[in-house]
Amino acid sequence: MTERIASGFHPFVIPFLLGMAFVLGWCLVAGVRVIFQLSREDRLRFFKSFLNPGILLKDIRDIFLDCLLHVKLWKRNPLLGYMHSSIAFGWFMLIVLGHLEVMFFLPDRLSTPYYPIFFNYFVAEGEQTIGGKLFLFLMDFFLLVVLSGIVLAMVKRVHSRFFGMRRTTRLSFTDSIGLYSLWAIFPLRLLAEGFTAHISGGSFLTIPLNWVARAFLGNELNMLPTWWAYSIALCIFMCVLPFSRYMHIPAEMLLIPMRNAGLKVRYARKGLAKVMVYSCPGCGVCIDACPMSVKKANTRDTTVYLNRQIRRGNEKRIEEISDKCLLCGKCSTVCQIGIDAPMIRIAQRSHRKYGLDQDYSDLSLDRIPKPEPGGKVLYFAGCMTQLTPRISKSMESIFRKAGIDYRFLDKDGGLCCGRPLMTAGRIEQAKQLIAKNTELILSSGCDTLVLSCPICWKIFRERYDLGGMRVVHHSVYLEELIENGLIRPSRVVETVAYHDPCELGRGTGIYEEPRRLISNVATLVEAGKHHEGSICCGGSIGSLSLGFSQREELTRNALKNLTVASPRSIATACPLCLATFSRYSDRPVQDLAELVDRSLE
Amino acid sequence: MKQNVVIIGGGIAGLEAASQLLTLGYSPIIVEKSERLGGHVASWHKLFPDMKPASEVVAELVRKSADANIFLETEVESANLLRGSYIVNLSNGVTVRTGAVLITTGFELFDAHRKEEYGYGIYDQVMTNSDLEGWFNGNPDKRIDGQDMNRIGFVHCVGSRDVKAGNSQCSKVCCVTAVKQATELKERFTQAEIYCFYMDLRLFGKKYEDFYINAQRDYGIHFIRGRVSEVSENIDGRLIVKAEDTLSGKPVKVTMDLLVLMSGMLCGKDCRRTASAFRLETDSDGFFKSRDNITGITESGRPGVFYAGACTGTKTVPETISEARSAALAIHNYLKDA
Amino acid sequence: MDFGFRLAPSSAINLDEVDLELYRKAALLEPDIRICMACGSCSATCTASPYSGMSVRKVILCLQRGRKAEAASMLRNCMLCGKCTMVCPRGINTRHLILSICRVYDDGEGGK
Repeated sequence: MTERIASGFHPFVIPFLLGMAFVLGWCLVAGVRVIFQLSREDRLRFFKSFLNPGILLKDIRDIFLDCLLHVKLWKRNPLLGYMHSSIAFGWFMLIVLGHLEVMFFLPDRLSTPYYPIFFNYFVAEGEQTIGGKLFLFLMDFFLLVVLSGIVLAMVKRVHSRFFGMRRTTRLSFTDSIGLYSLWAIFPLRLLAEGFTAHISGGSFLTIPLNWVARAFLGNELNMLPTWWAYSIALCIFMCVLPFSRYMHIPAEMLLIPMRNAGLKVRYARKGLAKVMVYSCPGCGVCIDACPMSVKKANTRDTTVYLNRQIRRGNEKRIEEISDKCLLCGKCSTVCQIGIDAPMIRIAQRSHRKYGLDQDYSDLSLDRIPKPEPGGKVLYFAGCMTQLTPRISKSMESIFRKAGIDYRFLDKDGGLCCGRPLMTAGRIEQAKQLIAKNTELILSSGCDTLVLSCPICWKIFRERYDLGGMRVVHHSVYLEELIENGLIRPSRVVETVAYHDPCELGRGTGIYEEPRRLISNVATLVEAGKHHEGSICCGGSIGSLSLGFSQREELTRNALKNLTVASPRSIATACPLCLATFSRYSDRPVQDLAELVDRSLE
Repeated sequence: MKQNVVIIGGGIAGLEAASQLLTLGYSPIIVEKSERLGGHVASWHKLFPDMKPASEVVAELVRKSADANIFLETEVESANLLRGSYIVNLSNGVTVRTGAVLITTGFELFDAHRKEEYGYGIYDQVMTNSDLEGWFNGNPDKRIDGQDMNRIGFVHCVGSRDVKAGNSQCSKVCCVTAVKQATELKERFTQAEIYCFYMDLRLFGKKYEDFYINAQRDYGIHFIRGRVSEVSENIDGRLIVKAEDTLSGKPVKVTMDLLVLMSGMLCGKDCRRTASAFRLETDSDGFFKSRDNITGITESGRPGVFYAGACTGTKTVPETISEARSAALAIHNYLKDA
Repeated sequence: MDFGFRLAPSSAINLDEVDLELYRKAALLEPDIRICMACGSCSATCTASPYSGMSVRKVILCLQRGRKAEAASMLRNCMLCGKCTMVCPRGINTRHLILSICRVYDDGEGGK
């Protein structure tokens, strides 16, 4: 390869250079700003994480697997995975190979930023070498890979169902410009390189194109306009990138190390939350995942639209969307970026100003009824369980049958665990209740705390410090009682479908213990979607604004999913799910405790 | 040859309508899904306002309609409209050709299990209004027999005026039933303190107010304006009932030996089959939709299909009887013109 | 000077002079505030009520009668546990209602 143009410059590279300078400058400023928005402690943690070789390696691996190869999408739907990785990885390879070409053939030009991009315009093929042929082949190959991805992307716009998506995002204006310019870049590159192939050389894609072009057009006048168009398309894409969903490309590269450093969302609109919001590629897999999407009107209240509205600063919509959400966390499990949508929503809620704040400092623990002293195990039913006495009654019965010395902490009423306050974004108030409850529980002198409500269980696990006291949800505790031979249930011939409560399953990762428990007493059948894919019952206190009548359809949809295998009954491990399902179910709904207690008779 | 009229439901509405149709010269055919006639009233003990035994009312109606064709343990399988008359296929294999059909499928009591916070089926000492009538009728019930009855509670509006229970309407007769049952229990357990927990007392019929006054003055029944929120059980199996006494604005808690839940009236689930067989519409309250809720309550809007009784909404016994008569007349007018 | 009480206050509520601004503002955010039938289920089930006198029913009534301070002193004790929402026979989203009322208090009014 030899240089064709002595100056190594042509004005058509200017749009590209402008776009490049703009996007790099923008990302640099935004990145620095975001890092400075982190709390001091978090920032230090973030920087220190790069010194840890383990984390650094994980950062690199995650960026490679998630940003370029989109491994998570492959698992979801191979076609969707291929579409994304062909564009991302293919483009990445074109850039890398471009740089290698310059490095091999024109090392002097390595510092010229546009050379790797427009290499073929500036060179003429001299003698043909194996190395040169290989490069040209690879360039054509990866261009083909990208083009195949673009074709799939076009098909997806029309028929998203082929890609396993029922619904897809509606594009904003800048997203459309970004999309169309992205689609334009690669065909234009093909044309530009094709028209130039008789000079620069080419391979299986560009050479035949060159023959055809020259046979029909017969001159080289069309060469320059295509290079101009290619450069302008790149410029447009890079200029709209910060204002479109394509900002997810640089943002995700920042999100991955932040997450690996162990940072948590602390502010609603700054720091990590901001990086998460900008990392959203707007792919819309969360739309199908959202339990609220059974109603078409709710699809615009899904996480992808929340992220978009936060970017736009549309306060009214941000509030609507964040308040409506059930916080079931299902969108986060399907999100290939791993955006912690419940946390982002709670952060928005906590951002809000109230004219009146709750305050429990006057609440004296002396006024709260306490069980008699003694006992090894403390049972805390929680507020919701007081409305589902089946659960607490079964638990008490099991304790007695297992010969366990227990005390019922809130038999005559107690304090709320604080999780509902937390979900409403009232973090400081929640902390006050946590402190009061901690004092109350520790004064019992028991060594194990058994909880029946996954809502309580989640916050006890995450926010309570009870010293050496063990905290356990009853689904796990009952399974242990069976394992240890303290209770011996008899099996009944009954098929039971298990519903994973959001706070227990996705919330704290307890999936298998409840299933083993059911298998001990009956025949477990799975719901249509289960484990991480379980559909929220619709009763969640996570949603602040969803009214009673708006929830019915969600519950019915969840029930439909639970009964695909025609179980005789449904079992769950949450009082709220129990009450919600019981309202509309055509077959018995029971708690695990009930199921176990009945099998002991 | 007498014209057939198929009556679906052998409760008091069906029986009364049958007796009237017999008088008018028709051949009524009663299709009753259970093994006996009289519906809910047959399992009741005494009826307000004069404490007439329900068995007498049912016996009288059965006697008057004895000449009708009666199919027990039978349901309508399907029905087709053919040249102005219905071909009705019954589950016992009989097919009837009839010019008119009268729906008297009545109501279904709300399943009190569904208000889990009240503990029906969970705690030993909770029963429904219907269980209590059964006990009045002499059925043994270990919730009452041999138990100390020092405090008894009645919970109004269980499954009525409650969107969470799927019925936002008032069931209309539970208030007076609660007052009636409270006084009846007081007569048997004179030492017991009896509490009625109500949201609003809706006693509107003939002499109902007298019931209320007597309950207050002669029986000393306590009325607490507040809906029971939850019930728990203490160690000796007695119930702890929580409500707000909204008149004093304070929460109340009381220990009970027995709690009676006043289950409301819903349109029966079985009625859906009947509704689809005759392609009948359902009103927004879940009951059958009449042509007009003021002037055409007994007409369905479908040719030759009529209603009587609680299938179009909650009704008292006398209301049901008079509606059965007006339906019989409407059928007569319809068949006479046809 | 406001001592929080006056000498010989009138115990009557004069509906001609009742200030309903807060009630109306809350009704914009949660219109179901209007359909309460004062059954008392919410107060009876309330987790905070036994220790503090919190009562959603009474809060609504206070706002309807223009008694903002009284409502505020109750609202401050709410734990947002959602039990009242579970039991409300009219299906009012009481939890959202409470949050909405807390929002429409002006600064100072709701503060201590």
